[in-house]
Amino acid sequence: MAVADTAHHHDHHHDHGEFIAHHFDNAEQQFDSGKLGIWIFLVTEVLFFSGLFVAYTLWRYHHPEIFQQAHVFLDKVLGGINTVVLLFSSLTMALAVRCSQMSNNRGTAFYTLITMVCAAIFLGVKAIEYSHKWDQGILVRSLWAYTTDHQEAQWTLSKQLGISDWLVALSIIPAILLVAFIALSIIARLVANPILSKFFAGLAITVGGYFLGAVGGHIYMLNYEAQSAANSGHAQVAPLVLHADDKVATDHPTAAAHGVDHHHAGEHHDSHHPDPKSLDRDVGIFFSIYYCMTGLHAVHILGGIGFLSWIFYRSLKGHWRSDYFGPVEYVGLYWHLVDLIWIYLFPMLYLID
Amino acid sequence: MATAEVRHELFGHAEQKNYLTHSKGALSWLLTLDHKRIGIMYLIGVSAALIVAGIFALMLRTHLFYGDSSFLALKWLFGEASQYNSNKVYNQMFTLHGAIMVFSFIIPSVPAALGNMVLPMMLGAKDVAFPRMNLASFYLWVFGTGFLIVALMRGGLDTGWTFYTPYSIETDTGVVYATFGAFILGFSSIFTGINFLVTVNTMRAPGMGWFKMPLFLWALYSTAIIQVLATPVLGITLLLLIAERMLGIGIFDPRYGGDPVLFQHFFWFYSHPAVYIMILPAMGVISELISVHAQKRLFGYSFIAFSSVAIALLGFLVWGHHMFTSGQSVVVTLIFSAITFSVAIPSAVKVFNWLATLYKGSIALNTPMCYALSFIFLFGIGGLTGLFLATLSTDIHLHDTYFVVAHFHFVMVGGTLTAFLGGMFHWWPKFFGRMYNDFLGRVGCFLVFAGFNLTFFPQFVMGARGMPRRYASYDPEFQVFHQWSTVGAFVLGIGIVLSFVVLLHAVWFGRKVAGNPWGAASLEWQSSSPPSFHNFDHKPILHDPYDFDSIVYDKGLDTYVLREFMDPNQVPERVPVTH
Repeated sequence: MAVADTAHHHDHHHDHGEFIAHHFDNAEQQFDSGKLGIWIFLVTEVLFFSGLFVAYTLWRYHHPEIFQQAHVFLDKVLGGINTVVLLFSSLTMALAVRCSQMSNNRGTAFYTLITMVCAAIFLGVKAIEYSHKWDQGILVRSLWAYTTDHQEAQWTLSKQLGISDWLVALSIIPAILLVAFIALSIIARLVANPILSKFFAGLAITVGGYFLGAVGGHIYMLNYEAQSAANSGHAQVAPLVLHADDKVATDHPTAAAHGVDHHHAGEHHDSHHPDPKSLDRDVGIFFSIYYCMTGLHAVHILGGIGFLSWIFYRSLKGHWRSDYFGPVEYVGLYWHLVDLIWIYLFPMLYLID
Repeated sequence: MATAEVRHELFGHAEQKNYLTHSKGALSWLLTLDHKRIGIMYLIGVSAALIVAGIFALMLRTHLFYGDSSFLALKWLFGEASQYNSNKVYNQMFTLHGAIMVFSFIIPSVPAALGNMVLPMMLGAKDVAFPRMNLASFYLWVFGTGFLIVALMRGGLDTGWTFYTPYSIETDTGVVYATFGAFILGFSSIFTGINFLVTVNTMRAPGMGWFKMPLFLWALYSTAIIQVLATPVLGITLLLLIAERMLGIGIFDPRYGGDPVLFQHFFWFYSHPAVYIMILPAMGVISELISVHAQKRLFGYSFIAFSSVAIALLGFLVWGHHMFTSGQSVVVTLIFSAITFSVAIPSAVKVFNWLATLYKGSIALNTPMCYALSFIFLFGIGGLTGLFLATLSTDIHLHDTYFVVAHFHFVMVGGTLTAFLGGMFHWWPKFFGRMYNDFLGRVGCFLVFAGFNLTFFPQFVMGARGMPRRYASYDPEFQVFHQWSTVGAFVLGIGIVLSFVVLLHAVWFGRKVAGNPWGAASLEWQSSSPPSFHNFDHKPILHDPYDFDSIVYDKGLDTYVLREFMDPNQVPERVPVTH
């Protein structure tokens, strides 16, 4: 009975849609499979971070004092900016998914690009935070070399610009990528491939987001240091960091001599930086956990930019239809999770007090 | 009604048109997205890992034949004064034996090799949900195993497969390579798990409810739950260990205020559930073997199904029993001990149900059934000796002795390896369309069984008398046990090699068989042998996977077919499975 309709069963994928894999019966089964798959993957991601959350909890429970001492090194404003940027990127991601559901490929491309740029801004700000800490030897436990001593930038260029060597080092690859993407975009335009040209232009804009974040963060740090130096000079409470001001003012009376105008970026006598001798030996453990958590999160942001680029490219190709938008939704879910993890990391690391 | 030609096309021996001959060339295999080919590549890979790690085992058993402290096997190879002639080499041998066996062989053996080939067919599907991820999983396995081999080249590895801190931070061997390898292998395992969960959820044949699935699928599903929930924790643990070694983050390293016991908690939070990643799929294989080769409906289907899920869930709550002597609080230790005992319940449920299935079944004592019976015996001993170790007072005495070594080898080798071999003998005719020499298959099974017992039974005695594990030398009183054990290891090795020879011989020279030589009722047998590229040339007809009355022998095809497809000129009869 069943044989009559069966012999050429495997040829039936003629009536499949363009993007339905041969082993699925229909678009719905494919979408459901993908959606279940990405949710399970997100569960594994949560568990992947769970080890770090456990380590954090244990250390904080057993040694609350090192968290008290360490959190003053983290800048709430930069962390807050990054939080806002990521929350906004989740909004644009949701709008991108919405557009793809309405078969609006232009809208999907636009909102995906904004999401990518936000991700890059986040990384730019993160680069400022990291390089600033590395300059002062705020490293993991065994490499902990924190000092308030004046550290001159080593490279002439970075010295003139008043930026950290570490920041320059972190920015080399983005700089190369920026040039490469602009060049590729122009070449693609010349060989009359408008989609590829737009794609590389989008990537160039994304990398531009990194520099936007880095430059913005850098200017903020310059102003902030200048301001806090001035404030502690006038024996006033710094607006943002309340803890270490008195200590800095007494330990470093020279800070009072630095007015706003004379401030030098290579000096770090601002109120972020308490006396090294007053710190517990294990403050470095906090930064071990900080670097592991934020580093792993940054790797996920980078991965997210990769996935988003793929969505962006396929949007430019016009692949999304109201009956085929699964990949946008899957990447969207991933992106929301990366955002969500940051929503936990920010208060846990920055808002301890 | 089906003509003879159509019947042959659907259920016969597929001479030309099958997944093996679908396309030719190395790339058609290396880049394939077909679950059957990926399964076979996995099969080749894990078998190679088994052989490599098995050679390490034989070398360290050779060394232990005498209680002195020279590395005997390599002394023969490299001479008396060689740098390899030391206890350091012994340490590296047992470490790499353990690491490769656990991460590269046992964990992927049944799920990724056999499961990959069988799971979609049992569901009546054309492939797993994410074929590309399936292939990626295989290549991650290759890279991960490659890193373990690199660790061997770069100074070896002498931490034991558990990588306990602080020694793993201090030793100058290739810990970073090995842990990175294990990290990658973890992702390979996660990919397989995600694939199986989704495939079982969304791609069951229309009408196949959860309780119409073969029990192998319940076992693979439970395994996949553990793979997905536990493996990421291993991933982050190994990353932190790498960071600890390279940067000194101070989380596990006591020199910097870190807590080495925290590493043990993290490690066993994965690695105890991983024990069930190793044994659950093996139990699933045994459920199939017992019912098919006894031609009897499985006794207590839902009990076996839920016991798999119960083992998977309980497996997450018992990790602390590896650390009874590591300085846990007494309360925690008591709780872990109690929960550990509770794992015995679902395990025993399975064993009793298998035995009840055998009762009054028409048992064919062929190779797969011999392996299944051997599994029940060995797993029984392995499981019961686990209770000795779950008991706090006896564990204090037995901890880190050969008793523990014997216990987990009874479960991992006596259980998983036995089921893996049994599963290969069961599904071999399906995937290669050839029958092996059953007599030699049974001889191989007997050698595996006898050699295994000879190797590990003396270790229970040694362990109970206080022989510590992982020592390169021992007191004279233990020598006779070690010598029996070494002899047994070689018998076991010969048995495994013979089994592989029998299987490989069958691929080219075996008697051709048609679709369903065993009279099995699950869906994968409703296809030609070897199956076609898309698995089924017709939509498989859904029915109870353990309803053996619906299967009848077809003389024309010399195989079993569904009643509906039987040659109308023939009187239905049930013919026992013979060779």
